[in-house]
Amino acid sequence: MPQQQIETLSFEDALTQLEAIVRDLEQGGTPLEKSIEAYERGVALKKHCETKLSDAKAKIEKITINKDGALKTEPLDQE
Amino acid sequence: MLDNEAPKSNVPEFSVGELAFSLKKTLEENYGRVRVRGELSRVSVAGSGHMYSGLKDDQAVIDLICWKGTMSKLSVKPEEGLEVICTGRISTYPARSNYQLIIESMELAGEGALLKMLEERKKKLAAEGLFDESRKQPLPFLPHTIGVITSPTGAVIRDILHRLQDRFPRHVLVWPALVQGKGAAEQITAAIDGFQNIHNHGQPKPDLLIIARGGGSLEDLMPFNEENVVRAIANSTIPIISAVGHETDTTLADFAADIRAPTPTGAAEMAVPVRMNLMAQVLDDEQRLVSAIGRMLNEYRHKLEAHAAKLGDPAALLENRTQRLDHVNERLSGVFREYLGRKNQSMIEAGAKLRHPKDRLMDAEKTLARWSEQLFATVPKMTKDLSAKLEHAGKMLEAYSFENVLKRGFAVIQDTSGTLITEAAQTTTNQSVRIRFKENNTVGAVIGDGSTASKSIKPPTKKKTPKPKDDDRQETLF
Repeated sequence: MPQQQIETLSFEDALTQLEAIVRDLEQGGTPLEKSIEAYERGVALKKHCETKLSDAKAKIEKITINKDGALKTEPLDQE
Repeated sequence: MLDNEAPKSNVPEFSVGELAFSLKKTLEENYGRVRVRGELSRVSVAGSGHMYSGLKDDQAVIDLICWKGTMSKLSVKPEEGLEVICTGRISTYPARSNYQLIIESMELAGEGALLKMLEERKKKLAAEGLFDESRKQPLPFLPHTIGVITSPTGAVIRDILHRLQDRFPRHVLVWPALVQGKGAAEQITAAIDGFQNIHNHGQPKPDLLIIARGGGSLEDLMPFNEENVVRAIANSTIPIISAVGHETDTTLADFAADIRAPTPTGAAEMAVPVRMNLMAQVLDDEQRLVSAIGRMLNEYRHKLEAHAAKLGDPAALLENRTQRLDHVNERLSGVFREYLGRKNQSMIEAGAKLRHPKDRLMDAEKTLARWSEQLFATVPKMTKDLSAKLEHAGKMLEAYSFENVLKRGFAVIQDTSGTLITEAAQTTTNQSVRIRFKENNTVGAVIGDGSTASKSIKPPTKKKTPKPKDDDRQETLF
């Protein structure tokens, strides 16, 4: 598996890779050095996933179009 | 005035124009607003934008006109064969004196007609492939920005935003649009198209769109059956969830969307995963990761320790070896000594068995003497035996000597060279032979002609026949 830069991974891909690493390690049989490498990548993936999950701010905007056709956004009034 | 005209006729006289305009006035006054139900036929839109058509039923036909300005406001797009109810006024065109219905609005005549029209449109769009499974795009697992096209007020947008908030708060761009009535289809289409290149306006491009509307009548939902809306949905490069009406209402927009949600809330559930679940999953993964690597390290440590224990103390290992070496060494020297002892013993034994050559010579001498004695003892006996044998042999020799045969009256015939003649065939006539008698007395003789003597000679030849045996003997005796 080519080791893609973790920062560029989508949440889903990062989670899939993390789970694959966990499964591999749990099954054992991986050489020690490889295991440690995998563990470190696992920790980084977990951090990445957490970052993605913590980025959960709601931002609700409404699109308006000016008479000149320009498009802009403004917060949506929610009653 | 009428009275003045009476003599000619009591029927008033009009010019054509007067009548035509009179009729026009009458019609417009009496039929200023009518609702007529019928089937559209011969629909044609002129270059001017006005529509000319006919409205017919099984008994009659009436001409229809829809001015350009009214056309754009119609909620129904006039189509050939469509069953409609037209509202408008009757007017005439005086130049030709035909009357026509000028349409102000048009609606579909009942659900049956509407459904029939939808069914046909659906078939047409399906034939174009707009609803094909191969066109469907997968939804992103976790979209960053969600575009929502719906009315900015009301329950629908509220339901969607609430459910998104509960599950996974996201950046939501709401594109306000009418969702029913005139102009709704155009606004929805514009919103879908607008989202496709919103990034050109400095806004993040949504990675998911939701098109939503609450429940309503078939007519209310009509914008979502419009061809332009369906095409815009099918052509969207952003995946689209449709949530139009209740679960039982199906619009053509639902067929074109990548996935259909039963309700606006359902659309929000399809749009994002539950954040808390993912959090729990990630934390669980982390724990499993840590415990797995911990377990693995422990395992390796134990293995290492076990192997280290097996290695043992090198000094002790050496001691043990030294001791073994000593032991073996001791045994070796013991064995060697024993071996030497054994060899020594057998040498002594062998030495004891070894006799002095002098003794052996004496023994040999004794044996020699004994054998010589015995040898000498046999000599007299041997000579005695031999002389007895010699004597006997001499007697035998004498007995078998041919001299004795001669003594018995036989003679030996020899040729002059002394060769013994034993057969008549050895003789020739007049051959000189010698006849030898006993005591070595010899006489000469000549072989005569056999003519007379042959008979007399034959008997002796016959007699001679047994002779060969004797001759054989004689010969051996010679």
